[in-house]
Amino acid sequence: MLDWQGLVVQGLNGLASASSLFLVAAGLTVIFGVSRIVNFAHGSLYMLGAFLAWTLTAHGPFAELGGFLGFWGAILSAALIVAALGALVEMTVLRRLYHAPELFQLLATFALVLIVQDVALLLWGPDDKFGPRAPLLRGATVIFGARFPLYELFLIAVGPVVLGLLWLLLHRSRFGILLRAATHDREMVAALGVDQKLLFTGVFALGAGLAGLGGALQIPREAVTLHMDMAVIVEAFVVVVIGGLGSLGGAALAALIIGELHAFGILVFPRITLVLVFLVMAVVLVLRPQGLLGRGAETAPVAAPAPPLPGSLPPALRWAAIAAVAVLVAVAPFLGDYPLILLADFAVLVLFAASLHLIMGPGGMASFGHAAYFGAGAYAAALLFKHLAAPMEVGLIAAPFAAGLVGLLFGWFCVRLSGVYAAMLTLAFAQIAWSVSFQWVEVTGGDNGILGVWPSDWARGRLVFFYLSLALSAAGVVVLRRIIHAPFGLALRAQRDSPLRAEAIGLDGFFLRWIAFAVSAALAGLAGALFAYGKGSVFPSFLGIPRSVDGLLMVLLGGVQTLTGPIVGAIAYAGLQEQLARATDYWRLVLGLVILALVLFFPRGLAGAFARRAA
Amino acid sequence: MLAVDDLQAHYGRAHILHGVSLGVAAGEVACLLGRNGAGKSTTMKAIMRLLPPTGGSVRFEGQDLAGLAPHDVARLGLGYVPEERRIFPELTVAENLEVGRRPPRPGQAPWTAERLYALFPSLGAMKKRPGGRMSGGEQQMLAIARTLMGNPRLLLLDEPSEGLAPVVVDRLAEALLGLKSEGLAILLSEQNPGFAASIADHAWLLETGHIRHHGPMAAVMADAGLRARYLSV
Repeated sequence: MLDWQGLVVQGLNGLASASSLFLVAAGLTVIFGVSRIVNFAHGSLYMLGAFLAWTLTAHGPFAELGGFLGFWGAILSAALIVAALGALVEMTVLRRLYHAPELFQLLATFALVLIVQDVALLLWGPDDKFGPRAPLLRGATVIFGARFPLYELFLIAVGPVVLGLLWLLLHRSRFGILLRAATHDREMVAALGVDQKLLFTGVFALGAGLAGLGGALQIPREAVTLHMDMAVIVEAFVVVVIGGLGSLGGAALAALIIGELHAFGILVFPRITLVLVFLVMAVVLVLRPQGLLGRGAETAPVAAPAPPLPGSLPPALRWAAIAAVAVLVAVAPFLGDYPLILLADFAVLVLFAASLHLIMGPGGMASFGHAAYFGAGAYAAALLFKHLAAPMEVGLIAAPFAAGLVGLLFGWFCVRLSGVYAAMLTLAFAQIAWSVSFQWVEVTGGDNGILGVWPSDWARGRLVFFYLSLALSAAGVVVLRRIIHAPFGLALRAQRDSPLRAEAIGLDGFFLRWIAFAVSAALAGLAGALFAYGKGSVFPSFLGIPRSVDGLLMVLLGGVQTLTGPIVGAIAYAGLQEQLARATDYWRLVLGLVILALVLFFPRGLAGAFARRAA
Repeated sequence: MLAVDDLQAHYGRAHILHGVSLGVAAGEVACLLGRNGAGKSTTMKAIMRLLPPTGGSVRFEGQDLAGLAPHDVARLGLGYVPEERRIFPELTVAENLEVGRRPPRPGQAPWTAERLYALFPSLGAMKKRPGGRMSGGEQQMLAIARTLMGNPRLLLLDEPSEGLAPVVVDRLAEALLGLKSEGLAILLSEQNPGFAASIADHAWLLETGHIRHHGPMAAVMADAGLRARYLSV
């Protein structure tokens, strides 16, 4: 146990990380407040800030200048360059998307994440970079008998200073007053003669600059890596959501809570450190859905009315689908192992994307954590195998039930919220599930996973296993289609399009969303179990954020309007990824550019684009 | 000054305005009269291009507004005060005025916060109060004052008297008459002609998106049959 001096130092450590976190979260929340865009690329801007600061301190005029001015000149220049990049991104990409559905804005910022990843890899290479230490702040001071680095002390001061400057900007400058007005009512601001374009570009530059500064300030204390973006964006989202979207004070408060939670959580609950943050977020969202200092219920954005469901597939499409399956069945015996493995994977991903579509399309909710149910199914199968030596048949039957139960549990909380908050809660639960699989080593094997989860003998051949995957995936898609067209599916769409009217005719929106969530989870679980048997093993990465993001991208790429969307999207995304990864080391860059092009030119997704061409 | 010709507007597929034509000359107050749902607010939004019209034309001081963004329309000198007032609730009175501030126009004495506090003394007494904590009447005054900060040449006032106590309505009428006497042109919309009668020079009667009648305000007030047909509920 630590003495009280140790606790003070630990508390100071917490403050230092809270400060850095606040810089990133402040930018994110200011951007959201004005533009209503949830900027997934915010972590990428942070990473760019760090890399640029590293370069500027090592090369060029600031490096030659050296010393105090050289170092701080480099840090501030890095922040300014990132601010300029933020403005550029707003002007070239996001400006075209303000009237697009919320999810397309997300997709565009996802694409930016992919692009920045590879651009950073191209420019700086895969190795970690270590920056210089800050002049005059190299040493340590003694606080209550314990040594504490001066630089950390400096960081502690940066947070409140930036908060104060932001407050002054927002309350004492015309730009700030316009920003606050636009946060509440953009249209009225325009009607008063204010050009919103300048405002939006300005706010993106401001937010990006803060992220860049946050990243640049890290170089004396930690290595600059290509993983910084994802790590920080998840934390920043947690902070912004706990504090209340759009609330600067909320972001500061939440950054403080999360920073200290990290510092002390490791002392008090060493076993569940990874979960702790997400547990707190889940509790806050359940008790106070708009966040600690958030402003009550958001007025739901007016969604464009979805077109009516086509009663049945257009004959051409139906025959195309049947023909595609028939061709696959007929051609499979002539394929080698590798294509068969690939095709089995595709079948699994199609089922995964189609299951996610049920809640995103007809359900009208976004899930950022669908991998949780994919992983729940996989782990259910693997644990049954490991502890009870259960064969594949049992695993495949049990997996959807296990994942469905997890879906019932998590869904009960998630479907009460809407929009970004609901999406964030699904992310929180997915991270909790991931942490359990990662940290509960005795049961799950932790990072080593569970190995030897092979199919039963009859299904062990690649060909038979592909047929099995195809059959189960097709069956799952047919079930989903029937659900969407059944009265249940219609009721689900009704509560999405007009919650009040649906309520008025006696539909229980909560119950409908809850059941849809569980069904979707169950089918994702089936996909997960199939995937586990296909790979012969299960790892925590099955529940990781990247897998959830993959699912989201597949659904969005294909389009959420029809069930054809996620199927086309899954095949296109997985196929593209596979082809690109084989053709180039920079597949993320190409994929990101393709997604960006699709978002800008086909705002209804791939399937929507084809449908329009057909019509 | 303002010439609206055959204006058409849709909300989604619903056809709201079926060829509205009207005009306001410099220095005069015109009134758009009609029942709830007649298309008064839609006409104003279509003029401001907050709801881009689907047909017809709007000309302001000879310039066609087609293709302009709302902020461009505002900058030309059209000041819009929406029916819901749309005060920024977390901004103070002074900050709300700041949002509306635009550069002065040549040949026109610029509005300043001080001049507006003189016109609406109750606002001057609550410069630091957040807009969300004001009464309906005070919010209406603030909404007008905020728009005046842009030094408009023509004011579009959407149902300013709605939901206000009679004594507040009287004060509002007084302020608007003051503005009129300074030469500001106003297009006003009302369901109830009583308030407009004291201010407006002439009126258009609007029903289900069609202009049904146009005449001097006094004549409209004198014609009980006309009012019964297009205004009474």
